Amino acid sequence: MSLVTPLNRVLGLGSAKDGTEHWWGQRVSAVALAVLGIWLAIGLAGLPSFDHAAIAAFVSAPLNSVMLLLTVLTLCYHSQLGVQIVVEDYVHSAGLKVATLIASTFAHFVLAAAGAFAVLKIAFGMPA
Amino acid sequence: MAKFSLPAGSKVKTGTVRNEPVGVNNRRFDVYRFDPSTGENPCVDIYNVDMDACGPMVLDALIKIKNEIDPTLTFRRSCREGICGSCAMNIDGTNALACLKPVEDVRGTVKIYPLPHMPVVKDLVPDLTNFYAQYASIKPWLQARTPPPPDRERLQSKHDQEKINEPSACILCACCSTSCPSYWWNSDRYLGPAALLQAYRWIVDSRDEATGERLDQLEDPFRLYRCHTILNCTQACPKDLNPGRAIAEIKKLMAERRH
Repeated sequence: MSLVTPLNRVLGLGSAKDGTEHWWGQRVSAVALAVLGIWLAIGLAGLPSFDHAAIAAFVSAPLNSVMLLLTVLTLCYHSQLGVQIVVEDYVHSAGLKVATLIASTFAHFVLAAAGAFAVLKIAFGMPA
Repeated sequence: MAKFSLPAGSKVKTGTVRNEPVGVNNRRFDVYRFDPSTGENPCVDIYNVDMDACGPMVLDALIKIKNEIDPTLTFRRSCREGICGSCAMNIDGTNALACLKPVEDVRGTVKIYPLPHMPVVKDLVPDLTNFYAQYASIKPWLQARTPPPPDRERLQSKHDQEKINEPSACILCACCSTSCPSYWWNSDRYLGPAALLQAYRWIVDSRDEATGERLDQLEDPFRLYRCHTILNCTQACPKDLNPGRAIAEIKKLMAERRH
């Protein structure tokens, strides 16, 4: 039986005075992804074929490269925010939660770097 | 991790049939039973009620069961007309006030459980200690530095008064909060729709001068932002209030004061 009052437990460590930026960032990146997703779908649908040459030509067109970079980075940002929410929702042991959040952050940075590198490599036409 | 299965001592077992079917208009009630003093697991007992000799609501049937079949059945009730919020329970899979839920709206067996994911005191009585403490934590009273006029009450325009009409009608029955999965997993830190609806009621009160402090207290990844807008709360509310919209309005105010 805990001797801590119920109100004391609810008040806990107090308000973090945070969360709005996270919430706002998730919504803004969702809007951006809706636009970028439609652009990508239209762009891919307009391709004559899906062979390597056609895709490489599409990716290396300057406007497409910039849009793809934006898509990769926005997607990783949005996913990072979303995965954080899921972890905080369901993972309750403190150690496991922190470890999962760190792993998720690392994974998203790796994905963002790899995706951006792939686009740039094709855009600048370096030999594979 | 969040617990998705019941602990061993909470697994619900098959109970006993407490009486045989009676009358032409018989309805079967499967009711969750738990008595902490026995050390036994909870179980579901079966009762049969002759609806020709019973009032129309689920609460009428429960009272009849307690009076005529099984006086040990425990539940909260008071006003029997949707004002006090005492008889909130899970009926036919959704949270409702037993006094406002007609038996004939339920098809087949009427399954009655306590409000979900709360500690059970006995049978259909949940422990709402944390729920009430969360309500207390949002300081549900008027805070103003300007003293009231000496000769009359604090005035409010009709337009401003209408903003608090709906949230003021909340009876704190806990149907909304206990229908929310986010509240199930994180009720130790997430305030839940009922407390947030009441926080909103004071935030939009034109006479209250603590709006900023109230928003400060709510601006937290858990207290407010565990709401993921699935709107079970709004669907569950037996008073047809909209806690989901109130939470969305609080989030909009949070964004508004930053941009």
